[in-house]
Amino acid sequence: MDADDPLPTSQEVLSEHGAPIVVFDGVSLAFDDKVILREVSFALLAGHTKLILGASGAGKSTVLKLILGLLKPDGGVIWVNGERVDTMTEDDLMRVRADLGMVFQEGALFDSLTVRENVGYKLYEESDMPLGDAHRRVEEVLGFVGLSEHIDKMPSALSGGQRRRVAIARAMAAKPRLLLYDEPTTGLDPITAITIDAEIIKLRDLEQVSSIVVTHQLRDAFYVATHTAARENGDVKILAAERDKCQEAEFLMLRDGRIVFEGNATQLRQTTDPYLLDFLS
Amino acid sequence: MTERNGWLKRAVLEVQEFVFLLGATLRAAVTRPFYGRDIIEQFEAIGVGSLSVVLLTGLFTGAVLALQSGVTLDQFGARSEVGRLIGASMLKELGPVLTALMVSGRVGSGIAAELGSMVVTEQVNALRALGTDPIRKLVFPRVLAGFLMVPALTAVANAVGMTGAWLIAVGQLRVASSVYWNSVWYGLYMADVWMALIKPFFLGLVVVTIGCHVGLRTTGGTQGVGRSTTNAVVASSVGVLAVDFFVTKLLIVLLY
Repeated sequence: MDADDPLPTSQEVLSEHGAPIVVFDGVSLAFDDKVILREVSFALLAGHTKLILGASGAGKSTVLKLILGLLKPDGGVIWVNGERVDTMTEDDLMRVRADLGMVFQEGALFDSLTVRENVGYKLYEESDMPLGDAHRRVEEVLGFVGLSEHIDKMPSALSGGQRRRVAIARAMAAKPRLLLYDEPTTGLDPITAITIDAEIIKLRDLEQVSSIVVTHQLRDAFYVATHTAARENGDVKILAAERDKCQEAEFLMLRDGRIVFEGNATQLRQTTDPYLLDFLS
Repeated sequence: MTERNGWLKRAVLEVQEFVFLLGATLRAAVTRPFYGRDIIEQFEAIGVGSLSVVLLTGLFTGAVLALQSGVTLDQFGARSEVGRLIGASMLKELGPVLTALMVSGRVGSGIAAELGSMVVTEQVNALRALGTDPIRKLVFPRVLAGFLMVPALTAVANAVGMTGAWLIAVGQLRVASSVYWNSVWYGLYMADVWMALIKPFFLGLVVVTIGCHVGLRTTGGTQGVGRSTTNAVVASSVGVLAVDFFVTKLLIVLLY
């Protein structure tokens, strides 16, 4: 960089691969007497994937709700895309949420709206995008998740796997830099679960979206961590990832609100911790 | 003692949340963005959708009131005054209260069930995650529709009620039509009309805000939705009767 070049803005720094996009610093949360998170600290780097594992009730989904500002922590600091969200008002949070996408457990699709209206919700209702452009973007993202022919159906007419894919399409429609997945494959058969995993990989590798995946499905977590997506002759292929790429997927294991493991897939497989071994078996 | 404290704490928290909801709704009424399509949909759902039940309620209430009044007034030889009694009762009390109770049964329960389902299936959180304030999108359109449509429905109920009473007065009590309508007209004071016009705004507000509050506070899955629906009807019905008492007392002081 030349001495005369202007310094990059904070948003330019944050959009670079490897910049910290989410930072948890000593975050704690309790509901009445029940402690959900105790002094949790971690960082997600741009372009990377954080796979949060843990048993039911370990506080996994709470982490995602804290990132979105749907819950406020009792202590600690949370940074998302360079903004401190733990002290923000609901109105200010709307600005931060504009650059986030969330795939809820079971999809949380609006059951009174069609697939098109669900996927394009943010574009139709919360943006100034011309209607024609919004329609085109909806068709594009539905094509990306392979559901173009279902565009005019109601969510109730879709299978469980299709609903999750529509939820992914809805989360990605406004091109967020960060996608949060809450148990995206829970309750799905293994074959359908792999199609959801493939969507997560495609978004990460082809659209450069950073992601946090909360799950207790180890098979899916390892699949996302150890595979990559590439375009070959116009087709998208899911391939085994190189060693360097695997380093970009970090596992984080929660137990009773504490982080008990942080590392990559290889380190997790080599663990000798009895609790982790129990979880992995 | 601890149990009583727990109950008290929950009750205070509930009232606090209700006041917050009212404040947020008021703010949504005066600041952007507005969701015009949702507002129109709610006017249709609450106003047009409740018309048939309000028509039937008004008609039968007016009719039975005429029947009962006829028997009582006969004891004083004052059957010809039946219109005066019907007009005052329908306009000041029965029209507003019965319409609000009917709307609370039909609309209050519906709102609680709809919003409750959205809460337990995380659709409300999904709205927030997509950058939409649920108060502006879900609550304000319903509150506005309830606030404006309940008075309109009350006016319909009053008109139909007096017509129902006229049918009985003419057909069964053998009171001349002109005598009945004259009695209605001369029996009413301007203060009565003001009361008939003002009260339904408050009652409409009670029904929809309680429905929205109970719906958004739903917890506990589908069972919770059922519980919220019941609670919404019970709370809004009691709320209608209580607010009716206090507003009536206030209006009597101000108008008479």
